[in-house]
Amino acid sequence: MIEVRKLVKTYGLKPVLRGLELQVEPGEFLALLGPNGAGKTTLLRILASLARPNAGLVRIAGYSLPREAAAVRGKLGVVSHLPLLYGDLTAEENLRFYARMYDLTDVERRVTGALDLVGLRARRRDLVREFSRGMQQRLAIGRAMLHDPEVLLFDEPYTGLDQDAAQMLDELLRQVAGRGRTVLMTSHDLLRSASLATRLDILSRGVIARSLDPRGMAPGELAALYAQVTHG
Amino acid sequence: MAEAARRSRLGGYLRAIGAVIWKDLAAELRSRELLGAMLVFALLVVLIFNFALELDVRTRATVTSGVLWVTFTFAGTLGLNRSMAVEKDRGCLDGLLLAPVDRSAIFFGKAAANLIFLLIVVALVVPLYSLLYNTNLMVPGLLGVIVLGCLGYIVVGTLLASMAVQARTRDILLPILLFPVVLPVLVAAIKATNGYLLGLEMADIQPWLNLLIVYDVVFTAVSFMLFDFVVEE
Repeated sequence: MIEVRKLVKTYGLKPVLRGLELQVEPGEFLALLGPNGAGKTTLLRILASLARPNAGLVRIAGYSLPREAAAVRGKLGVVSHLPLLYGDLTAEENLRFYARMYDLTDVERRVTGALDLVGLRARRRDLVREFSRGMQQRLAIGRAMLHDPEVLLFDEPYTGLDQDAAQMLDELLRQVAGRGRTVLMTSHDLLRSASLATRLDILSRGVIARSLDPRGMAPGELAALYAQVTHG
Repeated sequence: MAEAARRSRLGGYLRAIGAVIWKDLAAELRSRELLGAMLVFALLVVLIFNFALELDVRTRATVTSGVLWVTFTFAGTLGLNRSMAVEKDRGCLDGLLLAPVDRSAIFFGKAAANLIFLLIVVALVVPLYSLLYNTNLMVPGLLGVIVLGCLGYIVVGTLLASMAVQARTRDILLPILLFPVVLPVLVAAIKATNGYLLGLEMADIQPWLNLLIVYDVVFTAVSFMLFDFVVEE
């Protein structure tokens, strides 16, 4: 579903991704871990066609970037640590606006469906700026799910969430991933990622340094492996 | 089949432009941040010039075009900065760029909304100026020049604001980038405005009008081609 070959990205003279290789199969939930500056967000921004690579091949759902960027964007749902929502519009207006940007038909049904999915139907007429951080993040997931995308990209979605909101987000992520979608999530939270994902990749110095199956691994074992890869 | 697909793509493109305009107007109707700041600033500029310049009738006619365009330009810069800052601060620009639509639709939507805001300011400033300076500005040709000038200014301004918003010093950067580039539009607009106010022959005004139209077309085409490169990292 996601295929990345020899991906290179530099900012000025600073190389961020150095010939990165990645393959994510349909239905897989991949958590991408790594220290700050490892290139996780840069990789996600390239996959989302928000940044242009210097070299390499990227294919998503059969379309290649940057040549077929608009087609790729139609297959993607993206959630970042910023909500990508307008504070001066209501929850419903935000979703309706994005539905029109995606040129969706049956807008009202989709908007109501997204609000139901994230449990915000009762607050649909409230301004987003009055929402808590957790509610904004839930609505951001509703926005990303509006067009029923095949691939979901989450860029550190837990940033700034309290314990209750993070648990609610866990449930929501399990729910959306359980519908057979391909999910790629970047995170700093090793244990949370291990509980959600079917595969953990550790990004270090611009390449995938290690790929793990977290099932059956003890938290201590995971933490030791992570430390070994990132500090070794 | 191909014709239907093309029409559907065009429809989606136009709907995306409409959605961006609607979103900007709806958000502004609630917050009144952008238009409020532009209006207060524009009115203050007109009032300050009114007190600073004690002019006879003849001199008044010669400075009017300069005062008007300084007012529109500065108020417009304020609006352009705010309009893109709203998109950037909450990551909404990324949200727009993730839509599966040609990104020029986002540009045209933002530019159209910015133009509407500036024309609202114009619609309030022009009668006030007429009243304070006892000068008749309600001349159809003159209003046409103002619309053409604002169009050229906003098209370039929206493109450069999309570029400047990525920088930490965006508030300072936009005017520094914008004013040198937009100078030909402003010179043509000021000269054409002056021509109408001084009652010159159409033959004297026409070259400036033609220049204004050419710049509007060129700047719109260049912005259409460059927007995707400006917003992508």
